[in-house]
Amino acid sequence: MSHLYGVPLNIRTYHDLTDADVSGLPEQIGAQRRRVAGRLARVDRVIAVMSGKGGVGKSFVTAHLARALGRGGRPAGVLDADLNGPTVARLLGARGGPLTLDGDAVLPAVGADGVKVVSMDQLLEDGRPLAFRGPQNESFVWRGAMEAAALREFLSDVAWGPLELLLVDLPPGLARFAELADLLPTPPAVLTVTIPTPESRDAVRRALRAAVERGATPLGIVENMVGGPFPGDAGDALAAEFGVPVLARVPFHPPAEVWAELATRL
Amino acid sequence: MKFLCIECDRQMAFEERQLPGDGTLAVAFTCPSCGRKIGLLTNPFETQLVSSLGVVIGGRTVPEQPLEMVRGTVATGKEDAFAEGKGDTATGRGVSWSPEARERLARVPGFVRGMVKRIYAEYARDRGIDVITPGVMDTARAELGLEGM
Repeated sequence: MSHLYGVPLNIRTYHDLTDADVSGLPEQIGAQRRRVAGRLARVDRVIAVMSGKGGVGKSFVTAHLARALGRGGRPAGVLDADLNGPTVARLLGARGGPLTLDGDAVLPAVGADGVKVVSMDQLLEDGRPLAFRGPQNESFVWRGAMEAAALREFLSDVAWGPLELLLVDLPPGLARFAELADLLPTPPAVLTVTIPTPESRDAVRRALRAAVERGATPLGIVENMVGGPFPGDAGDALAAEFGVPVLARVPFHPPAEVWAELATRL
Repeated sequence: MKFLCIECDRQMAFEERQLPGDGTLAVAFTCPSCGRKIGLLTNPFETQLVSSLGVVIGGRTVPEQPLEMVRGTVATGKEDAFAEGKGDTATGRGVSWSPEARERLARVPGFVRGMVKRIYAEYARDRGIDVITPGVMDTARAELGLEGM
């Protein structure tokens, strides 16, 4: 029963209407979710690489970790979820060339050490920002929804093939993780990147807390840029607070062994 | 979103969808009991929100294309972002394009051209149309709601 100013309206409400609808919008949404699940069926694990803070080296860590996995014979892919500042395709040497359409899917590019990668960077004109067609003076209303839809299509339409690990390189902030968790059949595990400073610690702990509250499993902390000009103990502090290990301490000029060691811990 | 004919207490049924080309959306619904018709009209940003859901009001009449929303809405995509693989070449089998239709297709931005070509080819194949002409493209565009394609 509907109400208007507290007075019952004698009409049925949304859930009372159960006639078959030719649009089938709930069914279309359901089909999208099944498509994501189906596409990721051959991916053993999805790991979100996140921070909550910009400039800590998420994409750098993601790319080098993926390469170490590839060198170790463990098939890995990277989905660049940083739609507005995509960099991981360049880090993996996979910017050039078109993405190949194959039936109902897009094939990922193959970068260094056999890492498969899909990034908005591969689709945009050089030097141009991600922009959508539509009413620009009201873009604040719909832009976030369009970006979430783009992430959904990257998950549902890319034929990754069999992977042991799909690393999702998230942008700074919290929103993209929430979208990712909504889209996946189950929330992803989370690899958290920080630099040593207390400022980074504070930003990262908020993001990690939000991820845990959304059901993510925190795998551990990667403390990046250690031994340089950034003092602090953010890695240890976050590890203690969330009860997870510091998986790697990465110096400014890391030797390859750092990434190989990190790969063995995942 | 559902519509109820209050007088008949019947759920109204989808009848027709149109994309006039100005960013708006028009959808007609009919009461199956009394035949009364109503129109749902959305403004451009409401249309954009519907688009972001990746759903088609009235239901899909051609299969969803890979990266359909991205290819159809990103304004800064590069011309050669996609290449047709062997799985794509079969899509247009049995369907040919008139020179005028090819010329018109060539004017579609490269970022979205491959998808548009597939949609028209699938439309034609499903309806037993051998040759795609500008007229077929116009009809398909109206029926499928392919704004700007």
